[in-house]
Amino acid sequence: MKYTSQRIAYWFFAVCMLLFSLQLVYGFIMGFAHMGYDGLHSLIPFNVARAVHTNLLVMWLLSGFMGAAYYIIPEEADREILSVKWAYVQLIAFVVVGVTAIIGFHFQWWEGRKFLEIPRPLDYLVVVDVLLFIGLIGGTIWKGRRYTTTSIVLFFGLLTAALLYLPGMIDTDHQTHDSYWRWWVVHLWVEGVWELIMGAIMSFLLIKLTGVDREVIEKWLYIIVGFTFLSGILGTGHHYYYIGTPRYWLMIGGVFSALEPIAFLGMAIYAIAMAKKGGKTPTNKTALLWTLGTAIMSFVGAGFLGFAHTLPQVNMYTHGTLVTAMHGHLAFWGAYACLVLAIITYAMPLMTGRKLQDTYTNIFAFWTSNIGMVSMTIAFGIAGVAQVYLERKMGLDFLLVQKEIEVHFLGLVLAASLFTLGIIAFVYNFIRFGGPVGDLQKES
Amino acid sequence: MLTKSQAKAFFIIGTALFSLIFVGLTVDTFQRIPSQTNSEGLTPEVVRGKHLFDKSNCMGCHTIMGEGAYYAPELTKVFDRRGEAFITAMLKDPESMYPGQRKMTNYHFNDQQISDLVAFLKWIGQMDLNGFPPKPDLNKTAAPNADSTTVGEAAIVKTMDRPNVFNQMCVACHSLGGQGGQIGPALDNIGSTRDKDYIIRWLKNPLEIKPDSKMPKLPLSDEDITELAAFLSTQKGSSK
Repeated sequence: MKYTSQRIAYWFFAVCMLLFSLQLVYGFIMGFAHMGYDGLHSLIPFNVARAVHTNLLVMWLLSGFMGAAYYIIPEEADREILSVKWAYVQLIAFVVVGVTAIIGFHFQWWEGRKFLEIPRPLDYLVVVDVLLFIGLIGGTIWKGRRYTTTSIVLFFGLLTAALLYLPGMIDTDHQTHDSYWRWWVVHLWVEGVWELIMGAIMSFLLIKLTGVDREVIEKWLYIIVGFTFLSGILGTGHHYYYIGTPRYWLMIGGVFSALEPIAFLGMAIYAIAMAKKGGKTPTNKTALLWTLGTAIMSFVGAGFLGFAHTLPQVNMYTHGTLVTAMHGHLAFWGAYACLVLAIITYAMPLMTGRKLQDTYTNIFAFWTSNIGMVSMTIAFGIAGVAQVYLERKMGLDFLLVQKEIEVHFLGLVLAASLFTLGIIAFVYNFIRFGGPVGDLQKES
Repeated sequence: MLTKSQAKAFFIIGTALFSLIFVGLTVDTFQRIPSQTNSEGLTPEVVRGKHLFDKSNCMGCHTIMGEGAYYAPELTKVFDRRGEAFITAMLKDPESMYPGQRKMTNYHFNDQQISDLVAFLKWIGQMDLNGFPPKPDLNKTAAPNADSTTVGEAAIVKTMDRPNVFNQMCVACHSLGGQGGQIGPALDNIGSTRDKDYIIRWLKNPLEIKPDSKMPKLPLSDEDITELAAFLSTQKGSSK
C-alpha cells in the first residue's frame, strides 16, 4: 500500500462482510421454506426473502467493487484519491440507500421486478451516489501521474455499469418491454461490463501476486474482455427466447451464448498460466488461491453450467426452473464473490499491518466455502433436473413435483451449512485483522 | 502473436461492432413486438393488472414467461389452465384453495384489482412466446391407467372427454387417471361410492356435509355442478 487514502477500501470491505453474512440468513429462510418449514411466512414471506437475498448480493458485490477501486486506483494512478471526505460520504450514502431498500422490502416497498426490486425513488439516489463514486475514481485517474490499462479497464467497467443501470428505470406498461430492458441491466452487467471490472481486478492481483510483467498480463486482459463482449453482448439473446420477442433471438442467443464460455475459459487458463509463470513465492498465498479460485469457479459456474442450459432446445424445458438457480449460484460465487474475497484477502494485511492472510482459519475458509458451494450447486442441479422431467416433460402438477424434490433441499441446506462455516471463518479472520492502522505497509 | 495495441484494437472494434448490431436488433425487435404480443389487447385493465403484479412482487415466488422465482407455479398459461373463477377465488383467499400446502400471501385485493390481474394474466397467455411453455411430451407415463397399446393418445382422449371446469379446477387438488394433484383423494372410483345427488350437494358446499373438510366451497355455477356431477358419477374405475 502506497497511499493512505487506499484505506477507504477497508470500510467498503467491512460493509461487504456484514451484508454477505445477512444474505446467507435469508438464503436459509428460503431453503427451509422449500423443505416445507415456512414458519416465518407471516413475517418474511418467500418473495421478501428472495428480494433481500438477491439485492444483498448485488449490494455487497458493488461495495466490494467500489472498495477494490478505491484500493487499486491510487496505486495505479500514482496519487491519493481526489477527496477522502467525499469517499466516506459516498460510502455512507450507499449504505443508507441499501439498508433503506432492504428494510423497505419487508414492508413491500419494492418494484417487484426480478433483481431490480429497489423502488424508484431510491433508484435516483443510487444514480447520484454512483455518479459521485465515478467522479472520484475518474478524477483520480485523470489527475494521476500514469494511465495503466488496468485502471482504464476498471474505470470503463464501472462507468458502463453505472450507465447500464438506467435502462432498468424505463417506465413501461408492456411485460415484454419491461423484461427486455431489465435484461439490459442484469445480463449486460453480469455477462458484460462486470467482467471488465473482474478482469481488471484480476489483472491487478496477478501483477502484484505473481510478479509477471504488466505488459504481458494487460495484453491478455484486452483479449479476454474483447471475447467477453464479442459473445456477451449478443448473448443477451438467451433471455429473449420466450418473452414475446422475434424467433431470430433463438438463433442469435444460442450461437453467441455458446461462445460465452470461451472468455471464461480464457480467463482461467490465463490466471493459471500467469501463476505458474510467476514462479516467485507470493507472500500472500491465500489471495492467490482466491484469485485462481475465481478463474476456475467462474469458468465452471458461469461458463460451463451456463452453457449447459443456454441452448434454446434445452432452455425451452429448463427456463424458469431450479436449473437456473443451480447455474446462478455457482456463477455469482465464482465470478464475483470469490473475486471480492480475493481482493479483500490481498488488501487486508497491507491495510492493517497484520500478517494474518495465510492463517489456518483463512485457508479453511477458502476450501470449506468452495466445497460447500459446489455441493449446493449439485443439490440445486439434481432438484432442477428432477423438476424439469417431472413437471415439464411429464406434466405433473407443480406442487406435487415440489413435494417430490423436497429431499434435495435437505441436501442443499446441509451443503449451505458447510458453506456458511467457511464464510464464518473468513469473517472471523477479517475481524481479527482489526482496523486500518499503523504505517504504510510495503508491497509484497 | 498479438501485440498489446493489436489486442486493444480487437477489444475496441469488437465491442463497438457488436454493440451496434445489438442496438440495431433492439430497434427491429421493438417494431415486431406489437404483432407478436397482441399489443392492442393492452387495455387499461391489463395495464393496471401488470402494475399490481409488479407492486405485489408476484415474481418473487412465481415465474411468468419463465421469469421470476421457482417457489410457486408458472403463470404464463394460468388463465387457460385454471380459468377465471379459480384464479379469482385463489386471489381472494389463497390458503383456503390449497389447504395445508405451500402458502401464498393474502394481499386482500378488492374485486376491481382481482379482475385487473385476471385480465393481465389472460393477455399474457395469448402472447406468441416461440413455443414456451412446452407441452409435456412424456405424459403417457403419467397416465398409468391408460391402455398400454395406445398410451399417449388414450391419455389425451380421456382428458378431452372431461368437463372443462374439471380440468381447470378439480385437478388442482384431485387426480383422475393418475393426473392431477394429490391434496384431495383420487376420483377414479368416486362414481361407485357416491351417487349424483350426493355429489351435487357436496359441490354446492362441502362444509355443510363435512364441517371439517379441507375442501373449500368453490366458485361453481349450477350448470358447472350439474355437469361435474354427471361426469363424476360415471367414474367407476379402480383408484390404484
